[in-house]
Amino acid sequence: MSGTALALALAALLALGTVPLLDDGFWLALAINIAQYAVLATAWALFSGPTRYISLATAAFFGIGAYTVAVLGEALPWPLVLLAAGGIGVLVSLLVGLATLRLSGVYFVVFTFGLAELIRQLVTWFEVNVARSIGRYVFVDITQPQIYWQLLGLFGLLLVIGTWLSRSRLGFALRVIGEDEVVARHAGIDTARVKIALFALSALFLSLTGAVMAPRWTYIDPAIAFNMTTSFQVLIMALLGGAQSLLGPLLGVIPLVLLFEVLGANFPNHFSILLGAAFMLVVYAVPRGIVGLLARARRRAAA
Amino acid sequence: MSVPLLRVEGLTRAFGGLVAVQDLSFEVREGEILGLLGPNGSGKTTALNLVSGALAPDAGRVTLRDRDVTGLAPHRLSRLGIARTFQLVRVLPAMSCAENVLAGIAFGRDAAWGGAAWDRARALLARVGLAGREDHRADTLTYVDQKRLELARALALSPRLLLLDEWLAGLNPTELREGIALIRSLRDEGRTVLMVEHVMDAIRALTDRCVVMNAGRRIAEGPPGAVLAEREVVRAYLGDEDA
Ligand SMILES: Nc1ncnc2c1ncn2[C@@H]1O[C@H](COP(=O)(O)OP(=O)(O)OP(=O)(O)O)[C@@H](O)[C@H]1O
Ligand SMILES: [Mg+2]
Repeated sequence: MSGTALALALAALLALGTVPLLDDGFWLALAINIAQYAVLATAWALFSGPTRYISLATAAFFGIGAYTVAVLGEALPWPLVLLAAGGIGVLVSLLVGLATLRLSGVYFVVFTFGLAELIRQLVTWFEVNVARSIGRYVFVDITQPQIYWQLLGLFGLLLVIGTWLSRSRLGFALRVIGEDEVVARHAGIDTARVKIALFALSALFLSLTGAVMAPRWTYIDPAIAFNMTTSFQVLIMALLGGAQSLLGPLLGVIPLVLLFEVLGANFPNHFSILLGAAFMLVVYAVPRGIVGLLARARRRAAA
Repeated sequence: MSVPLLRVEGLTRAFGGLVAVQDLSFEVREGEILGLLGPNGSGKTTALNLVSGALAPDAGRVTLRDRDVTGLAPHRLSRLGIARTFQLVRVLPAMSCAENVLAGIAFGRDAAWGGAAWDRARALLARVGLAGREDHRADTLTYVDQKRLELARALALSPRLLLLDEWLAGLNPTELREGIALIRSLRDEGRTVLMVEHVMDAIRALTDRCVVMNAGRRIAEGPPGAVLAEREVVRAYLGDEDA
């Protein structure tokens, strides 16, 4: 994104910050939902867009953030809780990255898919056998408008970092890796390090989103926090919008949040099937995302 | 005698039961073009892969000047000055020509970024005959131009040793003449080249010495004219009956 575009986007975020002053019911809830997925999908695309490594670990990091709040929320001041959530997320991502990012893309998908489930089982085991509970109440003093503002803040920060990245040598290295990893290695790029760094940066934002969202629930258990559906929804949103550009994922988030809202309200029992159908439709009908469609339309208009 | 730029000793690499390179030793001297020859499947590409770090050897040693670089990762070797092209040409398809070259400039030996890097990329493109093509996407180039682009990317690393894997294969006679002139100009500016090649005219025109492989082993070494006349080399290329 150019400097001007970034400034405009940040100004728009400031303006959107007024939503809670206008309505604190349905519209705020919807705005929170969109902001949540905007941060998740953009953070996902930060790593998976240029590298083309499909990560299904979103639910794992989101859950880590949310659960950290459930455990530490009462014990520490809020900024420290966020710091802990982000820190744990980054730590796990570094371990996962070191273990898997030297492998090829296929192994990575499978491993990240298993990760959320693995962590969920571990947390469940701990809760049942050590904490002797099945879930936890979330006791923190965070209001809905505060959740929303924090999400907008995270999104703004992502835009700033993404813009910086697109001009930096690190971002360029990431694109070269996405084009041809063998060439990248033979051009002097330490591919493992670059991928791990970006995966950790992405995980930081995913974990923070989980932490910020946790106070929305009064009660969470491992199944709520580590919900695989999150991983798939974020993936399909980013792909629909376009994972190769910074604002691309947002273009997929808005229509799909609205669609899922409608589907969830009207067909709660068939939600998974409809999600799957939406997934296939996106992959077949819009393989290059909405950003790709717009680019083609622009080329046609110019021709 | 002075220290060779590259020394390979007892290099061995097997794939399952197949020994692709076996106890291979040779030297590349500073400023020379060494040809690595041999029939199909004799282990030439595998040998290059072992030198560039794409593969790690099962046994043996690779020394760059006087530094042991055996088994180092390719990005480390690139930064130490070993650059290569690939037998099946590899460009960064969706990137522009300038960005393809920039990929070599930004992270290699003597790395640069920003305006100076773009100037160098432009100069390198001109050097290989792609002047004015900075903004063209790499996947829109013809085969021979992709080969030129790949060479520019390798040169962008400011290599001390350039590895070429059949860079001249598949060119028509005009392109071949231009290609030979281009590689000769690299030698004239003092670069050291290790080239795998099948094109006999190019081998005779360019190489100072040749190493010939067969079934993973070195079977001959010497000036191109003498080596190509050796009985065992003729037999390796033509098969036993004809020798
Ligand atoms: N990655 C690999 N896995 C398994 N076998 C391999 C691999 N790479 C090469 N080989 C085998 O090793 C032997 C040597 O192959 P190599 O590519 O080094 O030969 P070459 O001399 O470059 O041949 P060509 O002239 O056809 O390019 C061949 O039998 C080949 O099938
Ligand atoms: Mg070969």
